[in-house]
Amino acid sequence: MIEIKDLHKSYKVGKSSLHVLKGININIEGGELVAIMGSSGSGKSTLLNILGMLDVADKGSYTLDGVPIKDLDETKAAKYRNKFLGFVFQSFNLINYKTALENVALPLYYQRISRKVRQKTAMEYLEKVGLAEWAVHLPSELSGGQKQRIAIARALAAQPKVLLADEPTGALDSTTSYEVMQLIQEINDEGKTILVVTHETDIANMCKRIVLLKDGVIIEDKKVTQVRASEHV
Amino acid sequence: MMLMFNRDTWQEIFGSIKKNKARTIITVIGVLWGIFIYIVLSGAAKGLDNGFEERFEDVAMNSMFAWAQQTSVPYAGFKTGRPIQLKLGDVQVLNTRVPEIQYIAPRIVKGVFGDGPGSVVRGQRTGTYNVYGDYPVLSKIATQKIYIGGRFINEGDTEEDRKVCVIGERTKKELFAKDEEPVGKYIRIDNVFFRVIGVKKYEEGGGFGDDGDINIPFTTFKKLYNTGDNVGWLAIAAYDDADVMQVEVDVKNILKKIHQISPEDDRAIGSFNLGEIFNKINGFAKGLTFLSLVVGIATIIAGVIGIGNILLISVKERTKELGVRRALGATPSEVRGQIILESVFLTMVAGIFGIVLGSFVLRGIDAATQDTDIPYTNPTVPIPYVVGALFIMVVLGTLIGLIPAQRAVSIKPIDALREE
Repeated sequence: MIEIKDLHKSYKVGKSSLHVLKGININIEGGELVAIMGSSGSGKSTLLNILGMLDVADKGSYTLDGVPIKDLDETKAAKYRNKFLGFVFQSFNLINYKTALENVALPLYYQRISRKVRQKTAMEYLEKVGLAEWAVHLPSELSGGQKQRIAIARALAAQPKVLLADEPTGALDSTTSYEVMQLIQEINDEGKTILVVTHETDIANMCKRIVLLKDGVIIEDKKVTQVRASEHV
Repeated sequence: MMLMFNRDTWQEIFGSIKKNKARTIITVIGVLWGIFIYIVLSGAAKGLDNGFEERFEDVAMNSMFAWAQQTSVPYAGFKTGRPIQLKLGDVQVLNTRVPEIQYIAPRIVKGVFGDGPGSVVRGQRTGTYNVYGDYPVLSKIATQKIYIGGRFINEGDTEEDRKVCVIGERTKKELFAKDEEPVGKYIRIDNVFFRVIGVKKYEEGGGFGDDGDINIPFTTFKKLYNTGDNVGWLAIAAYDDADVMQVEVDVKNILKKIHQISPEDDRAIGSFNLGEIFNKINGFAKGLTFLSLVVGIATIIAGVIGIGNILLISVKERTKELGVRRALGATPSEVRGQIILESVFLTMVAGIFGIVLGSFVLRGIDAATQDTDIPYTNPTVPIPYVVGALFIMVVLGTLIGLIPAQRAVSIKPIDALREE
């Protein structure tokens, strides 16, 4: 599903340049649930941003579902993001003046799907994350866990190939974290490819594979036996 | 373009506008005020313009008056200070020598220039009124509004020196009972009986007439008062395409020649040119219209800049939201389009409200000045001006919207998302 070869990325910091990613090679198959771990500054967020086409690599190749991702202008990147990727953020990033339903429907809006279909699809995904009765509520009326579940519903609504989650449990307490992870596991069980950036070991262990980054290189890439989040709840 | 007619686009715009109601309203007021000022000012200017026009509508715009005074320069053996008397014969000469003259009406009056007014008696009622000797052609120069049932002096009256008269509204009120019909009745002017043939509606403007004036045929006048061929003054209307100023000069020159006045004598013949006065007033009204245009546009620009300013702040505040939208697949042109549409929409709403409000105020002013002396009639703003103002606002709204829109798309989604 995802093929990355010799990926390099450096940032200019003043006059010197900071080499963040120093040749990443990774293959992720369809249906995998991968945790990307590493301490801060290890380059895990940068990697996720490049995977999410929010950032561009300096060197190396990136193929997503057989489509080479290169020479992206903003318009093209926007289209790819919309078609291929679903994002889940640490701080949820829901639009605060839109209801839960409208938030979930937003990616469909950018796919130019008609309003009726959009509402219907969004409602389906809200049901999937168990928040159908909160459809008309604003994000400010929801708890952190609920917000993240709305965000996951939003990420899924456009039926992306890959779900990218950047510290999805970073702002949540452990009980809520496990609930969110349980949802992520369920989605993965249905065959969706999911990447989770985290620095929490227990969250990483709920994935099927852990990729450990340090100083811009992968120092460990192992398959793990998945701990089901439902055991903790 | 598709973006514009999409219901969803508008829902997005309403969503983001609704988010900041107070700020949106205050911003809108800026533009609203601009167009409001523009509409009220230019409507008021138009109202004044109409008002002036209405005042003068009964008098030919290209008309003038000429009268004789005393010479101020010795000439051809005559001493200075010689009084000049215009004669009926002058009319003939002027008519042939000045081809631009369309109508010329010699007039004479008793009661205005120092002599006593005519004393009028009807039964027990008496009064003194200015008596004018007129030719029917006067009505071509200054419209004579006669109440139904009556008429103005006609050719037959002058040819046969008929003892008929047209009386003013006040004269009628003072000499006749309330619901008495004066036409056909007789009044005695300086001991001669005259039959009333019409009652004239008094209109302001155009000379020194008042609502008590009595008009009798010129020929009758000269018999009644023994004035011979004397003419008090000449009322002249030039053709529409003629330059009435030039006509004024020509007429004076010819009169000077006839009466052996020095060409350098500026005082012997007096004249008064309505065209000139009218042009001055017209110019004033035009200036006012122009001023209102300038002030209005400037205020609109200030308002639109306010909208741009607010949108810039709003874009800054919504950096993160815009980042999320772009992560979810909004293209830069969609983001840009949305912000520009927001700008244009706010401008338009403000504009339309301003126009409506302005129209109400104009209507209010119109109602308030309805029965007053202020020359103010039917204050309107021509539709092309309104449409033009709206068009300018759309253009300005788009241009000003470009700045925040460009700012919005210049932030990379990743930076936008990182912003806390």
